[in-house]
Amino acid sequence: MKNESALKDWTLIILFAAVVLTMPIWLKPLGANYPDLMQKFAIFGLFAIGFNILFGLTGYLSFGHAAFLGIGSYTAVWSFKLLTMNVLPAVIFAVVMAGIFAFLIGFVSLRRSGIYFSILTLAFAEMSFNMAYSVLTPITNGETGLQLSLKDPRILDNFQGEGIPITNLFGVKMSGMPGFYFCAAILIIGFFLSVRITRSPFGMMLRAIKSNQTRMAYTGFNTRPYLVWAFVISGMYAGMAGALMAVTDPLAGAERMQWTASGEVVLMTILGGAGTLIGPLIGAGIIKYFENIFSAFNEQTLNEVFGALPDTLQNIVVKIAGLFVGEGWHLLLGLMFLIVIIFLPGGIMEGFRRLGKLFRLSGRSA
Amino acid sequence: MATENIIFHVADVHKSFSGLHALSDIDLGVKEGETHAIIGPNGAGKSTLLNVCIGRLKPDQGTVTFDGTALTGKQPHEINQLGVVRVFQTPEIFPDLTLMQNVMVPCLSKRDGSFKLNFFRRMSAEKDIKELAESTLVDVGLGEQLYNDASSLSRGDKRRLELAMGLAQKPRLLLLDEPTAGMARHDTNKTIDLLNRIKAQGMTKVIIEHDMHVVFSLADRITVLAGGRIIAQGTPDEVKGDPKVREAYLGEEQE
Repeated sequence: MKNESALKDWTLIILFAAVVLTMPIWLKPLGANYPDLMQKFAIFGLFAIGFNILFGLTGYLSFGHAAFLGIGSYTAVWSFKLLTMNVLPAVIFAVVMAGIFAFLIGFVSLRRSGIYFSILTLAFAEMSFNMAYSVLTPITNGETGLQLSLKDPRILDNFQGEGIPITNLFGVKMSGMPGFYFCAAILIIGFFLSVRITRSPFGMMLRAIKSNQTRMAYTGFNTRPYLVWAFVISGMYAGMAGALMAVTDPLAGAERMQWTASGEVVLMTILGGAGTLIGPLIGAGIIKYFENIFSAFNEQTLNEVFGALPDTLQNIVVKIAGLFVGEGWHLLLGLMFLIVIIFLPGGIMEGFRRLGKLFRLSGRSA
Repeated sequence: MATENIIFHVADVHKSFSGLHALSDIDLGVKEGETHAIIGPNGAGKSTLLNVCIGRLKPDQGTVTFDGTALTGKQPHEINQLGVVRVFQTPEIFPDLTLMQNVMVPCLSKRDGSFKLNFFRRMSAEKDIKELAESTLVDVGLGEQLYNDASSLSRGDKRRLELAMGLAQKPRLLLLDEPTAGMARHDTNKTIDLLNRIKAQGMTKVIIEHDMHVVFSLADRITVLAGGRIIAQGTPDEVKGDPKVREAYLGEEQE
């Protein structure tokens, strides 16, 4: 029994790694195989996986996770400025720093549950956002955002090159495809950890808390440390995602902490399927794909797509479809979100489960 | 009353809600290994007393001690960790988890304490916990549906599941709030058999019950509550013969 399920986990992870690493191939027909976008898939996938550990397992909905994303980015950029352009220390410091802040914010916010918890996290994130713009300007460089400069000490590198250096992993430059593979590797590690957490006794406790928290207390569990740890772990994932943003593009701005960014990860998780292992990743992928591909569509591309239709019909179809692409891609996303929530409350993963059931049933009757 | 082997002691407990005396002057000692039933008409204060025992309510006055430790003022999870387990009247289960998981959660609480950060351990490697959960579920008669979701159970089965969750912890004191309410007569008898079997293992039990059939089949001693006060205490035969009890409670049912 033990070996069997361990084997199943490994199959899942190897399959997952294969899918992630072959992204440049299978994303080609979708027009999404450029490194910039694939990095975004990996980074937001990681953010969503981590968010799911809190929201999907315990049911505690945080509206402030973007704060940890921002903290991760700032920390990583400071590591580039002060220490070295090597990405490894940057990522490690970012995760530690995000973990510390997550502990502080989580410790206070988790005094309440339900909507009050959500509001507290939102308040903390807005406070961080506003502080990054105002009093913390010496650390965050305010509205301009934190950037690398020629005057940075970089005490470990003593880099004396021309211009501003590029982030690297022991000499391998972290731009373009190597940058993507670095993000992909971290995503795979993050996914592996989330599988282990979900399948552990600790993960089962988190799900039991979601199911009936009062009962947990009468079963002899102190639920508070469980929740604080879930919050810290998911905050660390967010910090990691923030660090990867800085790795691929070494600057950090306060807008990364805005509440819309916190809302986005909630949408990703719910769209894909909260509480499932793969769902949040699918949600993150879909939203980033729409944001980058459909927002780039204009009337000309639409005319090409619908070129086969008769002229008058083509004009009408292009007019209507035009509302949902380009600037209006949010409309398309909103529509899709509505449809999923109304018909598949468990997200896209529930759709897959239903399809799977359908096939199994028809297979049995045949 | 011999005091040397009293393991659970409610001493001089008073509790009132905005002037209404729900409990006054409650003194109750439960001996190790015995099954003690608390009966009384509706509104007699039975549930209030139970809530005071597990720390859900704080008494205005008096103490509740278990094995020399005061329970008053302790958190619910601390009381559970001392080995005092309550089975609720309205089934309190984990509806989104399977039956096995529902029972494995209390097993882990018993083994690992109130908090353990073991997120790198596989649940599937917890063989002992699994076996214990499975055998407990078979004991209460739910062996057929181990991997169903708990939300799919009937009300009676949910109560049995909750009993299994309590028993799996092998508690030193089990507090049962109407363990057979909502069960058919056949299931009630099965539950009585099960509880009598546990008694043979020496588990101390406090039962609150309406059903006299259940009370007289299980209890070693009975405490009768009426109007928030203890009006009688003794063996089932003593209580049956007590005129005050007949007047307050048994009267209508016995004649």
